[in-house]
Amino acid sequence: MTIAWYLAVSAIIFVIGAAGVLIRRNPLVILLCLELMLNAANLALIGFSKMWGNNAGQIFALIVMVVAACEVTVGLGVIVAMHRHRLPADVDAMRELRG
Amino acid sequence: MSATTAGWLVLAAPLLGTMITAFGFKLLPGKTAGWIGTAAIAVSFAFAIVAFIELQAQSPTHRELTSSLWSITHTVGVNANASILVDPLSVLMILVVAGVSTLIHLYSVSYLEGDEGYVRFFAYLNFFVFSMLLLVLAGNFLLLIVGWAFVGAASYLLISFWYRRTTATKAGIKAFVINVVGDVGLVLGTFFIFRGTHSLDFLTTFHAAPHVFAKGSGGITAGCLLLLVGAFAKSAQIPLHTWLPDAMEGPTPVSALIHAATMVTAGVYLIARMHPLFQLAPAAEDVGAIVGAVTLLVAGTIGLAAVDIKRVIAYSTMSQIGYMIMGVSAGAYTAGLFHLMTHAFFKALLFMAAGSLIGAMGGNQSLDRMSGMRKALPFTFFCFVVGGLALSGIPPFAGFFSKDDILLQIGSRGGWYWALYVAGYAGALLTAIYTFRMIFRAFLGEPCAEASELIEHGHVFHPEQPTNPANGEVEDTGVGFPGPVHAIAERAAPMRIAMSLLALLAVIGGIVGIPKTTSWLDKFLAPTFADSTIHLHPSNGLLYFGLVLGTVVGLAGIGIAYYVWVVRPGIAPAVAKRFGFLDRLFVNKWYFDELIDALVVRPAAWFGRFAQGTFERLFVNGTLVGGTTGVVRAGSAAVRSAESGFVRYYVAFVVIGLAGIALYFLIST
Repeated sequence: MTIAWYLAVSAIIFVIGAAGVLIRRNPLVILLCLELMLNAANLALIGFSKMWGNNAGQIFALIVMVVAACEVTVGLGVIVAMHRHRLPADVDAMRELRG
Repeated sequence: MSATTAGWLVLAAPLLGTMITAFGFKLLPGKTAGWIGTAAIAVSFAFAIVAFIELQAQSPTHRELTSSLWSITHTVGVNANASILVDPLSVLMILVVAGVSTLIHLYSVSYLEGDEGYVRFFAYLNFFVFSMLLLVLAGNFLLLIVGWAFVGAASYLLISFWYRRTTATKAGIKAFVINVVGDVGLVLGTFFIFRGTHSLDFLTTFHAAPHVFAKGSGGITAGCLLLLVGAFAKSAQIPLHTWLPDAMEGPTPVSALIHAATMVTAGVYLIARMHPLFQLAPAAEDVGAIVGAVTLLVAGTIGLAAVDIKRVIAYSTMSQIGYMIMGVSAGAYTAGLFHLMTHAFFKALLFMAAGSLIGAMGGNQSLDRMSGMRKALPFTFFCFVVGGLALSGIPPFAGFFSKDDILLQIGSRGGWYWALYVAGYAGALLTAIYTFRMIFRAFLGEPCAEASELIEHGHVFHPEQPTNPANGEVEDTGVGFPGPVHAIAERAAPMRIAMSLLALLAVIGGIVGIPKTTSWLDKFLAPTFADSTIHLHPSNGLLYFGLVLGTVVGLAGIGIAYYVWVVRPGIAPAVAKRFGFLDRLFVNKWYFDELIDALVVRPAAWFGRFAQGTFERLFVNGTLVGGTTGVVRAGSAAVRSAESGFVRYYVAFVVIGLAGIALYFLIST
């Protein structure tokens, strides 16, 4: 199986994730979509790693997972804080930082 | 010690005195600052004597010594070292400046007693003397300009010394602005000369000038005329003289310092120093001589009408400086400097005596208020008469020999110089009249209230409420106003010592240049003026005629003053009424203030308003400032609208941007 199939799956997942970030307004869903994008990148990394026979890509994918875990922790923390302050679960409602 | 080392120490002493008094002003109690200041100048005078002795030890052809401390701007091809020139001319000047200034400092120790700004006063005073010494010792144009500007700044500080008097601050600003006009003239003149000789050093310039400039050529004439502008502003010659009478707002010792030792003599020194250049520009010499002659006559006539005693003396200074400028411009260098020296003695004496008189009047300076002070102030009266006789040129007082020497040299040039000769003797008559008008009005007659208080009760008159003598505004005695104590020479030993020494010098000062007998000053200054191309050989007949004429004119002036103001006191107002036009002209100072106001001040103010209304408002505010802010504002508005606050928009931008970059790379490979 050529690398192209892996990359095609990776691209599809990435686009699904990006589209989700762009069109959904619930911060929880946006966070999920971000994870999709990260894992799409991971898939591409591992695919390339397999192709070149080089382990660096796999190690890099592990590091991306660590970063994703951290990001989820922070993101979920923010969402919990929003919920406690009874703020609407809608990113468009929070636009105090407009110019 | 070499003469140049002594020259540097002459400069160092007053600078050190300035620093000690200026930085330690909170630590110096009572009169300490006064004594420190006096000692600094006395040390400077002692080193001036050392320089004199060392210079005389050299052979006459080697009496022009230079010394440099640092090379500042050798790199751009201009030699502008911090260098001094010690030659007979500068040594004469430092002797006169430091000597007379020492006595003025001594006088101020008592005169300024009780003033809240006592320490500040001595810091300024030392700085003033330092500036003047720097000016006369400078060995190149750069240091000359520095000293020249320092003198202007110091005069501003001292004229405005009582800074809560609006009249004093205005007078200080006036003096400063007019002096800056002179500074500009001096700097531009230097550029003209530098363009030809490519050197700032005095000796190099003087040696090079005859080879570079043709006699009477445009460049050197323009340069010398611009130097004259500087000299006129500093030396209060028409039309840049109006600051000098206003400068009387400063404390009296400051007037003495400005008029006798520092400041106004700088112009005379400048012309004498630059004589090799001026001799290449006969037109500039003629302008100087004519302006000097006009000034001495105009100032003399104003002196006849002024009622403020310090202003009378101020106008007499203007008139006497006119003699000196006329002399040095006409080639009578030694005579001009001789008069500079004797004038320093008797003018300092007259101002000190006037200060004592004003002290006895409780600060009032009007001749209309004074009368009969003779019994109340015998010592001051004596000093005033000695100074007055010297000023009027009565033999054997100092002014007699020096004034007649100038006029003799000018007369011996013949031609149209005879007009200057006649003007000089006419001025001498005026001098004697206004000097003794002042003395007779202040000291003779019935004692005024202030005089009787001093005679009968033995204490100096102090007004209940101090007022500004110029406009009658009520004052207090805090800092920025005169202190509560009014000193008179009869009660203060330092004042008496200073005045006694000056009175002695005013009597015997002429000894250095008695014609046919002693010509010490001629011999001393000969090395400096050895390269002069003007050789004057007055005949004996003209010499004796001049001496007799000077005596007769002086005595006649005193006689007229005695007749008009003592024998027939009613005659003066009648004459003033009879010649109403002349009286108004003299009282209004020949309308020079109004003339300058109309010709310079108002057009400048009008142009300023015009420029503000058009150039500044339309171009600067409208186009430059308004245009810049408009562009920035429009740009920021465009950028700001992108910041919608919708996070998803930002994400969309990032995604689209990244997609665009990815596409670009895909297409380009």
